[in-house]
Amino acid sequence: MTTTILEQGAAKIPGIVTPKKPIEAVSIILSKGSLDMVYPALILANGARMSGIEATIFFTFWGLDAITRTKIDNLHVSPVGNPSMPMPTMLAGLPGMEAMASAMMKKEIAKLDIPSVPELIDILHESGAQLYACKMAMEMFKLEQKDLVPQVDGVLTVIDFFDKAAGSQILFI
Amino acid sequence: MATATYAGRDVQLNDEGFLLDSTQWTPEVGEAIAHDAGIDPLTNRHWQVITFCREDAAKEGQPPGVRRIAQLSGVAMKELYALFPKGPGKLAARISGLPKPQGCI
Repeated sequence: MTTTILEQGAAKIPGIVTPKKPIEAVSIILSKGSLDMVYPALILANGARMSGIEATIFFTFWGLDAITRTKIDNLHVSPVGNPSMPMPTMLAGLPGMEAMASAMMKKEIAKLDIPSVPELIDILHESGAQLYACKMAMEMFKLEQKDLVPQVDGVLTVIDFFDKAAGSQILFI
Repeated sequence: MATATYAGRDVQLNDEGFLLDSTQWTPEVGEAIAHDAGIDPLTNRHWQVITFCREDAAKEGQPPGVRRIAQLSGVAMKELYALFPKGPGKLAARISGLPKPQGCI
């Protein structure tokens, strides 16, 4: 007996709470290129896709580093002016400190089996997330689409971005 | 907690529709949950994912995340999203009678 419950859908099964208005789409504006900004943006977008939520990332300013061929493998985290890093400011500015902090963070990330930034960008592309570069920032940094990784879907003006983001939740990072 | 009848079988579900006890799962229950979630029929490729999820969960003690499924099940990321358009993260586990995956990847 496959009852009427099935035809009515899971939302009708007593006791199952479904959110009144689920999030259908998120648009993330990524404006920073440091590891501690890029990872949250990519993981959030990927988490959205895994939950069946449409995801778009608009890379602008230093966020472009995360999709620029020559930079994507060498993103850093800065210990200077970073109140969450347990390092005195005077020491944090010394040569080699940023490389050390970045290496440490990458090691911890790898230990947890979290994908590298290039792999995450690829996963996002395969998952159907839309990746766009900001036209104005591209011009500022003298970049062309050929300078970007192939997973990027296109270059958009802010106006085009807002058209695409219609109806979605917008996050600025 | 709620009790639902899938394919003539009473099963206990949590608030999000995941089976509380994965031993209550049968392939027919999986088909009924999939139908409920808008996937009907389940193809061989769906079953490849479901079988992998159940075997992997039995081995690892937790349901696999999307990245792990794409790496090990023989169904790549792009196809995985085509098979489970409403989100392979939760849906593959739910249809497989497993708890919601705890990983973020």
